[in-house]
Order: sequence, then structure tokens, then C-alpha cells
Amino acid sequence: MSVNDYEMVCGVEVHAELATKTKIFCSCTTEFGGEQNTHVCPVCSGLPGVLPVLNREVVNLAIKAGLALNCEIADYSKFDRKNYYYPDLPKNYQTSQFDLPICKAGWLEIMVDEEKKRIGITRAHMEEDAGKLVHSGETITSSMESFVDYNRTGVPLLEIVSEPDMRSIPEVIAYLEQLVEILEYTEVSDCKLEQGSVRFDVNVSIRPKGSSEFGIRSEIKNLNSYSSVRRCLEYEIERQAKILDEGERVIQETRTWDEGKGITLSLRSKEEAHDYRYFPEPDLVPLVIDREWVERISQTLPELPVARRARFQSLGLSEYDAKVLTDSKDLADFFDQALIEYKDAKVLANWVMGDFSRILNAQQCAVGDSPITPLQLAELLKLIEKGTISGKIAKSVIEDMYTTGKDAGTIIKEKGLAQISDEGALSGIIDGVLAANPQSVEDYRAGKERALGFLVGQIMKATKGQANPGKVNQLLKGKLS
Amino acid sequence: MDITARSAAELHTMLESKAISATELVREFIDRINKVEGNVKAFVTLTEESALEQAAKQDEKIARGEKIGPLAGIPMAFKDNMCLTGIRTTCSSKMLENFIPPYDATVVERLLDAGAISLGKLNMDEFAMGSSTENSAFFPTHNPWDLSCVTGGSSGGSVASVAADEVAYSLGSDTGGSIRQPAAFCGVVGMKPTYGAVSRYGLIAFASSLDQIGPVTKTVRDNALVLNAIAGHDTKDSTSVPFEKPDYTEFLVNDIKGLKIGIPWEYFGEGIDQGVARVIQEAIETLKGLGAEVTECSMPHTEYAMPTYYLIAPAECSSNLARFDGVRYGHRSQNNEDIISMFRKTRAEGFGSEVKRRIMLGTYALSSGYYDAYYLKAQKVRTLIKQDFDNALEKFDVLLSPTAPTPAFKLGEKLTDPLSMYMSDICTSPLNLAGLPGISVPAGFVNGLPVGLQLMGKAFSEGMLYRVAYTFEQNTDFHKVKPELTAEVVL
Repeated sequence: MSVNDYEMVCGVEVHAELATKTKIFCSCTTEFGGEQNTHVCPVCSGLPGVLPVLNREVVNLAIKAGLALNCEIADYSKFDRKNYYYPDLPKNYQTSQFDLPICKAGWLEIMVDEEKKRIGITRAHMEEDAGKLVHSGETITSSMESFVDYNRTGVPLLEIVSEPDMRSIPEVIAYLEQLVEILEYTEVSDCKLEQGSVRFDVNVSIRPKGSSEFGIRSEIKNLNSYSSVRRCLEYEIERQAKILDEGERVIQETRTWDEGKGITLSLRSKEEAHDYRYFPEPDLVPLVIDREWVERISQTLPELPVARRARFQSLGLSEYDAKVLTDSKDLADFFDQALIEYKDAKVLANWVMGDFSRILNAQQCAVGDSPITPLQLAELLKLIEKGTISGKIAKSVIEDMYTTGKDAGTIIKEKGLAQISDEGALSGIIDGVLAANPQSVEDYRAGKERALGFLVGQIMKATKGQANPGKVNQLLKGKLS
Repeated sequence: MDITARSAAELHTMLESKAISATELVREFIDRINKVEGNVKAFVTLTEESALEQAAKQDEKIARGEKIGPLAGIPMAFKDNMCLTGIRTTCSSKMLENFIPPYDATVVERLLDAGAISLGKLNMDEFAMGSSTENSAFFPTHNPWDLSCVTGGSSGGSVASVAADEVAYSLGSDTGGSIRQPAAFCGVVGMKPTYGAVSRYGLIAFASSLDQIGPVTKTVRDNALVLNAIAGHDTKDSTSVPFEKPDYTEFLVNDIKGLKIGIPWEYFGEGIDQGVARVIQEAIETLKGLGAEVTECSMPHTEYAMPTYYLIAPAECSSNLARFDGVRYGHRSQNNEDIISMFRKTRAEGFGSEVKRRIMLGTYALSSGYYDAYYLKAQKVRTLIKQDFDNALEKFDVLLSPTAPTPAFKLGEKLTDPLSMYMSDICTSPLNLAGLPGISVPAGFVNGLPVGLQLMGKAFSEGMLYRVAYTFEQNTDFHKVKPELTAEVVL
């Protein structure tokens, strides 16, 4: 059989660092980097006698993520100890959640090949991150010396576990992208993949197409980019297909991804799997979450990308425009704020995605740092609508707005850019142009339409582009007829 | 009476009236330690110098005419599982022989703030696991009443130092009876407060859901004074309870008329020494004579307390002690092949046999396939035991029992028989499982060895326990009897 004769079955565990200022059980900073072992205290370095105190903000963010992922938020939840020995784990147990996680039974919707699909989320639970090992050699076993940096120890994580609902690599990638987008949108995690603030474990098995039974799965741990996930799954499906084709059985095991070689390697088999000896964390009290708390958090929940896209489309934007605007929460927020003052969504979207974004990109300025406020952009568009300036002039005004931070109105006044719509004033200018170009007047009257365009151009030139084009056309035609 | 034999309350009066200075007082205690410590061996670490420095500060305050608190300037010591900045904290284990904490336990902070003078750190069973203080990796502590006998444990140093007048009072910790049982063996007052009444922050954990710090004192009044200083909510300990802390000395009234005392007959079953039973019976008569209504009652799940305790405590300890791996602090084995061998050798060398036994027991109880049958079952029985107490304490103000089934036994007597050693906590461990307060007060003697009376109460009813204990103490003379100790080293 070829790879195409099999169907993959995949579920994903995502570890996302929660965007709190301080660690989950102490008041050390969660800031990334820093001199080794400087973001530590007796509590997170696991000195004898210390006790954890749960950071309330961690719970707030976990509830928020749970709500955004359509989960049930548990009234009663608790922490458990996951016991295993590793030098990056100061207590040799990780405080995590086992049988009573804070969030369960959620879902999110992905779109692949124009088809919507709902992916189930089994659970999401809070836990503490471990430290980082630095080896003198390649690996811990081949090194003469290893060092531990505990700065990351105790940084809060949310582990989000999906159902084995994904059947193709594009589905897996769509799920991960959608999930990361939601976590970013809700500001639950800053999702800096390059800093390892989001990590993926994939569980994957294959089965002959049409079969309804699950195959034997392998779990590949600690992937930190979409491309690693894609390549790793491609490799793993092929590896498993080869085993099945040879009439062998896939072994249930944990594997690791070698990014350089592009292969997965066995870490430990099911038999060698750790017995984590979970038991309730006796140093923390159970977490009781009342409905008011959940309600309070739900008030802070922003409109999620899917809903926002739908709303933008209902305002008359194309699917493409709606997607571009919502890809960045900041840009979508900017659009929404401007929309309060300026109601023509299509025109506004064109400006936000067009000139506004172009200037910011050219200046490498983030939307959040833009010197042009949403209100100022709305004012500019209103001035076009009122006919105070033309669209063309507006393009130069917005450049000035970026560099000076001034309002459109101020810039127009200072530079005298207001459009000339006064019929008396325009009439005089037109008369002058007609007197200076008798040949063109004659040509027009002889039926050469192009001559009109030339004359308009001359009038615009005479007014430095400030003449109201509509008015000019109207008056000019009157005078020539 | 020697100054060092006086209660903290009396010493406070002397300091206040300038009958003695804090420095002189510290010197008196240092002299006493020099005289008896060779026989008693209560201290793992002595900090005389810093004690004298602290005393000088208190003397300055007194000289300035400042009002001093009831514990200011009074020498005491901590069990060696409580962290004190810059002072080595060993848990009487090779593993932490040279561990110097960079922070103070909350109880340490509170007592030092109250002006307490720490003379040092006290011997214990390694990591508080044991009932005789013979499991100390350094040396056993000897019972001041009979140097060939154990002090009980695990807070052996805490009780022996108080009984031998080496300190005015001390702090111990109690996981299954580790304050009360040795207090009974050495004839002092020992209180295990309600779980959550005293912060555990900075107490090196044995079994987190059972551990509780409490005072060891010469009198009931002193006990109330020390609890006043250490009890109360602490934001650093999530299991500490925000309760309204009373002034415990207000409960020290010589009156128990009409109070209802329950006697759970299960505490008088097999294994209770006849002499101990007789002493407790006499104590019951005394309390009746003082107007208490004493009635027998039943707590049917008592017999399951020992097996339950010996599943839950080791399970928690197996996890709590996992951090001692040689990576960050404490003992690290030399010449290791790899990280796993470093873990293994460090722990093999650093821990004593009782600690290893309990880590093995607990690891087993939590293992997949055994969890439900052992750990989970034990938690369910724990609930039943707690219900026994709740039911009984609905009817009674306090419950009464012997603190320990026997008086102090000989050094070495039970070392090779862990089960018989475990039985020494049979009367005390149920209370830890229930999270309730209990106090042991001197109630008499059997063959010259002290016997303790245990009073048990509702959550946060320490005041009621003090009232009954105080009334008993004021109407008996057992606390006034002192062991005879000489400077001549007989060991």
C-alpha cells in the first residue's frame, strides 16, 4: 500500500506559556532571557521548606482561554504532583493538574479546503514549566558537564489537549494556527514560538482508509514550529506506513524529533513509560471557581477572530479583506475604533489595509505604536467625503499625519490644501484657462472629447490640484456648451 | 530554684523588673548547657554568639525603658527542620549536614520579631521520621529523666532541651505525634495546633497534609504565650487558615466545672502499659473532682489510624524528599558515572534507613496499579477517622487519652523492630489525620519516668485545651518535679 492508502489520526497537546508578569507559585518575573539563575527565589528553586502560593492571574487566564475554546470551566479543580526525576525540575515533581483540570470538553472550528470542521478539545490544565539544561556536549549523556538555568522554572503553562480528531496534516496545521491565534487574541499567551513560549506534542497513528479502528500511536514531543510539525508528521506517517506494509506492528512509544536530520527517534516505549505517581498537591488547597468569577472573566473576553471575520463580512467586506484585517488583532482593533466615527466600512478597510498599512510597513512601525490614531484616520476620510480635500490630496495628508502626528484638518489648513469648490472662484480660473487655450476649446467643440481632459488638467494645475474635480467638470461643460 | 528551671512567664517578669539582664540570662542558659549537654545531647548546632548579640539588643531596649514583649530576651531553640537564615539546618540528616538556608521560616521570623533569643538547632529523628530520635544521623538524644532511655521523637531535642532546662522553651513539629509523644516521655507540655493554625513556610516538609509546628514548654501558660506569637494566617502558606486568633492566655482559668470530657475507649486497648493506664485513670479522677463531666465514648475507626497514617505520610514524604538529589544543595556523591548514578548514590548515601523505608513505602503506595488500593483507600479511611472525631466532639468539649501507650523505652530497644516503634504513635497519629489540635501535659510517673495526658479538641479550640490543661496543672504538682542531671558525663 502507498502512504495514500492510509488515513492518519492525530491529536495534539499544546503547551502555552501564560502571559502573566510573575511565576505561577512565587513572585519572580516571567521575563524571557536574563542572566542564568537570576529570576529565581527559594520557592521556584525548590529549596527545602518552601511552599507554593497560586498566582490568581494564572487562573484568570486559564478561565479566559477555556471560555475562548468553548470549554466547561470546572467549579472545583485541584492541583496534583507529577513525580519524576530530572535535573531541570527543582522539586523532582511538577505541580500540574491530573484528574480535575480547570477546563474540559471544548472545541474550535477550523477551515481546510473551504470545509469547516470542529476539533474537540479534551481538556486544558495549568502547570509549572521546568528549567533549562545547558550541556557542555551534545546531549546530557554525552556531556562531561551540564548546567541548569532555573529562570524558566515556575513560568505558568496551559496544556491544551485535543481529541484525536485530525485526519490530515493541513488539518493539524490549521488547528494549531487557529489555537495560537485565539491565545494571542485573548492575550492569554504572547505565543512567541521562537522563544519556545508555545510547544507542541503530537500523537499520531495511521489506519487503512475506510477503517474505523484506531491504529497504534506514537507521541512526538517538543516541537516548536509549524514547519517542524509538518515535517515530523510527514516523516512519521511514512515510517508507520512502512512498518504496516511490512506486516509489522507499530510500537506504542514516545519519540523525539531530530530537526537537523529530519527524522523521529525512539525515546521510550510504553513499557518504559514513567509512572508519574500523581497524587493531590497537599501544599495547595482545591480551587473553587464560582460562576461570578467566570462571568467576570467572560466580560473581558474579546470578540474572537472567527466571529470578527463574520461581522466584518456582514459590513460588506470581502472574505479576503475580513481575513487580512483580523489576522492582526491590533489592526482589527484599529479598524473597529475608526469605524465608530466613520461608517463606510469598505472605504475605511481600503484605507486601513492600503495607505495606512503601507506607511506603517515602510516605517516598520507596529499598529499599536502608530502616531496616527483611529480617530484621526476617520476624520481624514470624513474630510474626503465632505469634499474638503480630494482622495489624491488625502494620500499626501496621511503621510504628513504619520510624520507630524497632527490632525488632517490642521495639516490641510496649514498647507492650504482645502479643495476649491466656490463657483465664483472656480469660474474665474476656468475663464483664464479657456482664454489661454483657444485651440483646445475649438477642438472640444469640434467633437474631440479628449480636449476636455486636457482643459481639466490645466485647471487642476492652476489650482495645485485643489479644485473640486466635480465642480470643475460641471462648470467647464456649462461654459463650453 | 535555678533560674534556668523557671518558666518563660517568670523570666519575663525578672527581665521586666531588671532583676536580670537578657545577657545574664543567656549566660545562665549557656552555663546550664555546658553542664548537662554532654549527657542530654539535645543540640545539633549551638549559636551562643549570635544569642549573646541578640540579648545585647534586648538589653538596650530594656535600658531605653522600652516595653518588651512576653518572649523578648528569653532563650529558646528550634527543631532542626525549621529554616533560619545563615544557620545550618540539617533535619538531622547527612543529606543536609551542611545546608545553610537563605531564608527564615515564618515561625522563626515571628519569634525573632518577638525578641526571642535562639540558642541553636535541636536534634530530631532524620527528616522527622521516627519516635525515639535515634534516627538522627548524628547521635541520639537522651531522656533527662533516665539517660539510658529515649526522649521519644521525632522532636527529641525539642523536649529534652526544655526538660533539661537548656532553654526556656522550644518549637517542635508534629506529623503523627512528634511533639506530644516526646513531650509525654520527657514530662513537658507539648501542643500540636490545628492544621493551618501555624504556618509551615520554612518547615522542611515530611508529610505536608499532616505536619504542624507547635510549642514545647514547661508550663501551660508558657505554651499559650508561645502559640500567641507563632499562630495566625500566613500568605506564604496556602494551607494556613485565616482565622481570628484569640489571646490564648485568656483561656487560662482554673475552672472546668461542667465541661464535658469524652474518653474514647479505643485509646485504652491492647498495648497500653498498665502503669500508664493507672496514671491516666488517676488523672480522670482528678478532673472529675474538679467538676468535669467525664463519659466514655467510642471512635470505631481508631484501629485503622496507624495503617492509614503509614500510607499517607510515606506517600507524601516520597514526593517531598525527591528534591534531595545532589543537584542544587546538600550532599552530592562523588565520582558519578552519569546523572542517574548521581541521583542514586547521593540518595543512598544521604538518607538513613528509616527515611529510605518510608520513601519506598510511599513510592509503592502511589504506584500505578496500587494507588487505588493503598493511597486512595487510605484517604477514604482518613475521612472516616475525621468523622469519628467530629461525631465525638459534637458531644464533648474535649477528648482525653494517654499521649503514648508506654513511658519512655530504652535506647536501642525498638530500633530493630520498626512496627513496634510505629505503635508508639498509636494515640497521637489519629489527630493528625483529622487535622485537629492536641496537647500533652505531665500527668504522673511510672517507675520514675513521666507519663503524658493527651487532650484533643475541635478545630481551633486550642483555647479550650489550654483551659483544661491549665486547670489540671494548677491542681497537680507533676510539672514541678524536675529530673536530676549532673555535669558528670555518664554516657
